[in-house]
Amino acid sequence: MAKTLTQEFVKGLWDEVPPFRLVLGLCPTLAVTKSVENGIGMGVATTFVLVFSNILVASLRKVIPSKVRIASYIVIIATFVTIAELLMQAYTYGLFKKLGIFIPLIVVNCIILGRAEAFASKNGIFRSLLDGLGIGIGFTLSLMALAAVRELLGTGVLTFWEKPIQIMGPSFQPFSFMVEAPGAFVALGLMLCLMNLAGKR
Amino acid sequence: MREMVKMILVLTILATFSGSLLAAIHSKTKDRIANQILKFVKGPAIRKIFEEASNDPIADRFDIKDGDETRSFFVGVFDGEPSAIALETFGKGGYGGDVGLMVGIDVNEDKLVGVGVTTHAETPGMGARAETDPNFVAQFDGLSLDDPFKVTQDGGSINALSGATLTSRAVSMAATEASTIYKKLKPQIEEKLKEFKK
Repeated sequence: MAKTLTQEFVKGLWDEVPPFRLVLGLCPTLAVTKSVENGIGMGVATTFVLVFSNILVASLRKVIPSKVRIASYIVIIATFVTIAELLMQAYTYGLFKKLGIFIPLIVVNCIILGRAEAFASKNGIFRSLLDGLGIGIGFTLSLMALAAVRELLGTGVLTFWEKPIQIMGPSFQPFSFMVEAPGAFVALGLMLCLMNLAGKR
Repeated sequence: MREMVKMILVLTILATFSGSLLAAIHSKTKDRIANQILKFVKGPAIRKIFEEASNDPIADRFDIKDGDETRSFFVGVFDGEPSAIALETFGKGGYGGDVGLMVGIDVNEDKLVGVGVTTHAETPGMGARAETDPNFVAQFDGLSLDDPFKVTQDGGSINALSGATLTSRAVSMAATEASTIYKKLKPQIEEKLKEFKK
């Protein structure tokens, strides 16, 4: 069942959206979604790594011997993660400080290794690019959605690039549980439940 | 056998390629990253130490070659006189590795203006209080460079943070190192400071 190029891209946005459908990449999903800004930063960094590692894995898929393929994928992924880390350090230092250890941890993010192994190693370069882009954007949007819920309920404010936007009225009591770690599990559970309900229709 | 050679070959080429790519990007971004660290990590510590300075101590700085190393000094101008410098040193033996310390020194009286922790990997709530607890670093304010910077357990005058003796020791060591470097380079420092006179 061959998919069209558009389908390769679109599947990442809904049918195979990483944290909710594939339930992959939960570590950054839970850890960095304290604010929408962090969510976007993490999503963009992951998308960057995903797209480039997919392209490279796809273009080398006939060269890499299958016995050392995982090692090769890790080398490729780690290279792009380090590039992303250096670039963030140089251009968006504030965000780099906030995301901290979770940037180097992109290396072990299951989404990226999963896409390299399950998709890019079997498909052409252009298809792999679209796949990486779709999954990456889907991941970014999921992080944003989860972060928006948590930040809104937890603080009543949405912060974009140091500029807080007051959303809730003055009588709103911040529900700070939502920005703590346990709140992440509750929010993720509820969103998974909603996604599953929506999928049943 | 051929398969094994191929495996080694592929991995070697891949690693070489990624190594050189990273080296290239590292050298391209090195200066920008150093600037960002200056702005976000060292900057706040320097500003705090030279709170009453009339200049911008981050913009007014000079480098001195010390053996193989190049050390940066930040200048604090007080009452029109460039009378203080700040330099960063690293104290070994913190609980989570080296502790970076910005040390401000009054060059006229050879005493500490103040110190501030810059980089560290200490435990939050324990050693990390060296950065956040103003009372701890305030103990260094005004100490003469001839005083030994040691925690009370080692016979000095610095009260260690409770539960974080290693961190406190590392901070004291960094201050001692700054004083050693300062004493060694004092003639050059005074020479350079004259350029900042207004």
